[in-house]
Amino acid sequence: MSALLHVEKVGKRFGGFVALQDIDLEVQPGERLGLIGPNGSGKSTLVNCICGTLRNEQGSVRFDGAAMDALTAHQRTRLGLARSFQLPRPFGSLSLAENLRIPILYAVNARSGRRHLSGPAIEERCRELLRQVGLAEKAHRLPRDLTQIEMRKLELARAMAAEPRLLIADESMAGLSHAEVDEIIALLIRLNGEGVTVIMIEHIMRAVMEFSQRLAVLVAGRKIADGNPRDVVRDPEVVRAYLGE
Amino acid sequence: MASLVAKDAGKAAAQPGLGNVAFIAALIVAAVAIFGVTRSIGNSYAFFAAYVVVQYIVLGTAWNILGGYTGYVNFGITAFFAIGAYSSVVLYKLAPWLPLPVMVAVGGVFAALVGLGTGYLTLRLRGVFFSIATLALAVVVQTLITNWDFVGGARGAYVLRPRLAPLIGGDYIQYLYLLMLGLGVIVLATARAIERSALGYGFAAIRDDEAAAEASGVPTLRLKLIATALSGGFMGMAGAPLPYYVTYLDPSSGFSLNYAVNAIAMPLIGGTSNWVGPIIGAVVVGGLQQYISVTISSAINVLITGLLLVIFVILAPQGIVGLFLRKKR
Repeated sequence: MSALLHVEKVGKRFGGFVALQDIDLEVQPGERLGLIGPNGSGKSTLVNCICGTLRNEQGSVRFDGAAMDALTAHQRTRLGLARSFQLPRPFGSLSLAENLRIPILYAVNARSGRRHLSGPAIEERCRELLRQVGLAEKAHRLPRDLTQIEMRKLELARAMAAEPRLLIADESMAGLSHAEVDEIIALLIRLNGEGVTVIMIEHIMRAVMEFSQRLAVLVAGRKIADGNPRDVVRDPEVVRAYLGE
Repeated sequence: MASLVAKDAGKAAAQPGLGNVAFIAALIVAAVAIFGVTRSIGNSYAFFAAYVVVQYIVLGTAWNILGGYTGYVNFGITAFFAIGAYSSVVLYKLAPWLPLPVMVAVGGVFAALVGLGTGYLTLRLRGVFFSIATLALAVVVQTLITNWDFVGGARGAYVLRPRLAPLIGGDYIQYLYLLMLGLGVIVLATARAIERSALGYGFAAIRDDEAAAEASGVPTLRLKLIATALSGGFMGMAGAPLPYYVTYLDPSSGFSLNYAVNAIAMPLIGGTSNWVGPIIGAVVVGGLQQYISVTISSAINVLITGLLLVIFVILAPQGIVGLFLRKKR
């Protein structure tokens, strides 16, 4: 089976700073991949390069066999790549339900050969998504009324609203309580069960270990490990990166 | 462009209130009623004054489509407005027999194309950098017009206004006024349709966070180009009847700072979040200006606008509409 996401030799610099170097990563359809690494190791930059928010100077990104490098972020989203932002970026003047309406109107409805959701169906879908992340009661509130934690849930719901084939959750669980982490893991595993491939970027190791079928580790812009989560966390190089010599 | 808008509008959600067709009908009824009221005053100055107020409704709403909905502040209003006005001067010289509505449409198309072109060149700039680029556009267009002899250059151009209005009879100013009311109907109907369509949601997403909008599938560049073209086109249409209104047009009056200041101040004072704001702003500020011009002095207008703008930016940044919405919540 060919990979759904194929990242090959991707490199990204910010001026003289090398943020990513020679990153190779394959994600199979239906897989649950965990991506970890210390702060500043390039995880979010990699997500940005995969999703088109940033352009990688070197290497290439292929999604479902098609080259993504010339495509804008919105084109990639329409093809089925969706991501949540690490620092929540809600649409501040729109209610929570309207926040979710944007990807439904512009990603889901823009796909060719698909049913177009209209008025009541869109509202129902927004409610359903908000229910899944536990924000149903606040559907008509503005993002500024939310706590940081709720904003992370909104981020995740907005990415899910695009009905992606590959969902990248960038630290969706930071700051969440134990029970909430379990909820989000269950939600992501359920999505995965419905056929969505998921990449989870996370610092909470409990969540990572519970969720991931495979684990990749970035350190200082390089991938230093990739494989079975239990083996990877025992890898001496990974241990050294996290705990020092 | 229109088909693009229509396509997106088709995806709109069902929303409470009048449908687009019913709304246009209501606007037409309102415009006819307003025309009747103005005519009943029986004084031709009333038409001149009301024309200016309605012109600012059109100009303010046009500005708001880009500035209020997508958050890109355009300072180059006079460029688009004057392109409309000067395209009428050109047409007057080449084909004076053309009906004025055709001239308005041509002026609108020219201004929309310039909007599209400048949008393409400048929309990669954000925030204040975009605004400065539009300011530069106004200077460039003014310089070009000032040095273009065919339209009178710095000397200006005379346009002989027919004495009588076609179709409706009476003074020609009544015809100009009716035309401007018609433009008001078109612009307001468009603005409201945008707000209620997928396009409006896309504009709002761009205004709030462009990167997040892209990540949600919004084709930000295309939508911004639609906004600049529509906004510029409507500004051009607002300017197209100007040569007939003033009968003598020179660059310093066509590119007057008043147009730019008012077109920005009125939506800000009225409220930029929806189509009602620019109407309220234009009627309140424009009405006040007309009243003061007659009773005190026309020179004090800009001062009044400036003071109101300062007061509103500090005390009611959401404008008059915002004050009411806040009460409702």
